[in-house]
Amino acid sequence: MTPMQVIFIITAVATVLAAIMVVSRRNLVHAALFLVITLFGVAVNFILLDAPFLAVVQVLVYIGAIAILMIFAVMLTRNIQEDGAGEAFNKNVGMAGLVSFLVLSLLVVTLGGWSEFRALPPVANTSGAVEALGLALASADGYVLAFEVASMLLLGALVGAIFVAWPRKNENE
Amino acid sequence: MDPLAALGEWFLNLLAMINLPPAVGQILLYLIGVIVIATVALVITIFNTWLERKIAARLQDRVGPNRVGPWGLLQPIADALKMLTKEDTTPAGADKIAFNIAPILAVVSVLLIWAVVPFTSQWYGTRLNVAVLYIAAVGSFGVLAVLMAGWSSNNKYALLGAFRAVSQLISYEVPLLLSLLIPVLMARSMDISTIVEKQGTLLEMFVVAAPLAFLLFFISSVAEVGRTPFDLLEAESEIVAGYHIEYSGFKFGMFQAGEFMHTFTISALTAILFLGGWQGPLVEQFPILGLVYFMGKSFAVYFVTMWMRSTLPRIRIDHMQSLNWKVLVPVALVLLMLTPLVDFFTKDLGNLFSLFVGSPAELTLSVRAGALLLTNLAIMLGAIEVIRRSVKRATKARVPFPRRDEARPPIEEAA
Repeated sequence: MTPMQVIFIITAVATVLAAIMVVSRRNLVHAALFLVITLFGVAVNFILLDAPFLAVVQVLVYIGAIAILMIFAVMLTRNIQEDGAGEAFNKNVGMAGLVSFLVLSLLVVTLGGWSEFRALPPVANTSGAVEALGLALASADGYVLAFEVASMLLLGALVGAIFVAWPRKNENE
Repeated sequence: MDPLAALGEWFLNLLAMINLPPAVGQILLYLIGVIVIATVALVITIFNTWLERKIAARLQDRVGPNRVGPWGLLQPIADALKMLTKEDTTPAGADKIAFNIAPILAVVSVLLIWAVVPFTSQWYGTRLNVAVLYIAAVGSFGVLAVLMAGWSSNNKYALLGAFRAVSQLISYEVPLLLSLLIPVLMARSMDISTIVEKQGTLLEMFVVAAPLAFLLFFISSVAEVGRTPFDLLEAESEIVAGYHIEYSGFKFGMFQAGEFMHTFTISALTAILFLGGWQGPLVEQFPILGLVYFMGKSFAVYFVTMWMRSTLPRIRIDHMQSLNWKVLVPVALVLLMLTPLVDFFTKDLGNLFSLFVGSPAELTLSVRAGALLLTNLAIMLGAIEVIRRSVKRATKARVPFPRRDEARPPIEEAA
């Protein structure tokens, strides 16, 4: 076993265990903290795959922004230290299990049929990968449309959030 | 040959002699490198606590530590020993695991930055092609540490302090990242070593071409560390001590060490990104000189933070937010839009003028630096003008305090 494989196995086990903890903890803040570990494990996997840019973005966006926001919201909304996460809305364990199983088998079947998934092509020289990614995102032949649509969506979400949070004048009267 | 590289080679050969596989030797070498860099950063921090107390004392016309060791140099060690002997308390109802991880995370988030800091052209932890982004990413662990500390302490003041801290840290991350992009744009690389290499001469230093980005980066970094004038995180009169109120002994020391180290780290980053890092005269012949230049520049910036700390009053919390969102962020956005434009249009100007004077490359550089400098100054003046007007409007709109003669009509004496 190469050292890389040892690192992979350790992070993979930690990532999966933390992911299980995310969905099984009653305490929402603990669940969010375990989510941070899961996301970090994914970032480590990106590094093992020679994709440092994706790893760093994973940490920056998911841990630095989204996980922090979730923890912030959880802490503000409820007194977690006393009542746990409250009762579940319904008990659709069977249904949820069925859907999860279907999704998993769909993934296994589709990815199993994809030849590149089984035998990874050797990693090309990644030194210019960030530049290539940037050019692809900004060129008309590349993904500029998808990129701009995503930006507009985010902008719309921002404007919507401000609109919802804006104090209305007639309510005060 | 480079002494450190020779040392590493010798170590690898030593391991090969006792029949260890080369991969294991490599990993051991990496581990030693991690320990060395972390130790260097921590030792500098220990020295800095003494330096800071001494300089703050001088600025405030005091003597400072002078009892323990020569010039009080052993004071930090005495402080550390005192911290270690204090009782280590955990409040009842605290979340034990999160409570204990938070101080570690606070130090680690700063230490991780040192992995990519280039001390000289040869000495750096690792050369990452996304180093600038990496610095921004590991900074988010610091925010996480603050939140965990505040929440797990089971104390209202701690939680309030954590909320306040996180709102400040997240807000100031925006101008910090935007101003980080300016050196990246100008060096055409996110690799921090390349950014230093591109600042070979005095004119090429990014502080010359982008003084505004330098200021933005420095201000938002100081806010990110939470030092005066942005030390609302531990305003004693309002929130007692902030998120680390329940910490004692060594765990509190970890938070303090993390803060001191972070201050020096941002000084080093400012020196690297805008002042040319290890660049200086004769550095090609003697790479070791780079360490002297780098440390000199870092300590020069660090001195400014100490100077600010011992002279400036604390900023008010609404001012803290409005300074960020109404001044720093718009200025950074305008700067980020204009810098590439100016850079693009001055790219070939050197060739144009080369008919009259010599070397086009050098001319392009100075034209580019000059144009960027003018852009920066124009944005700065514009921003100051806008602020001045809005302050004027705000003062006018406010109901004025009635002047004496208006408030009280003169008493008629013929009553």
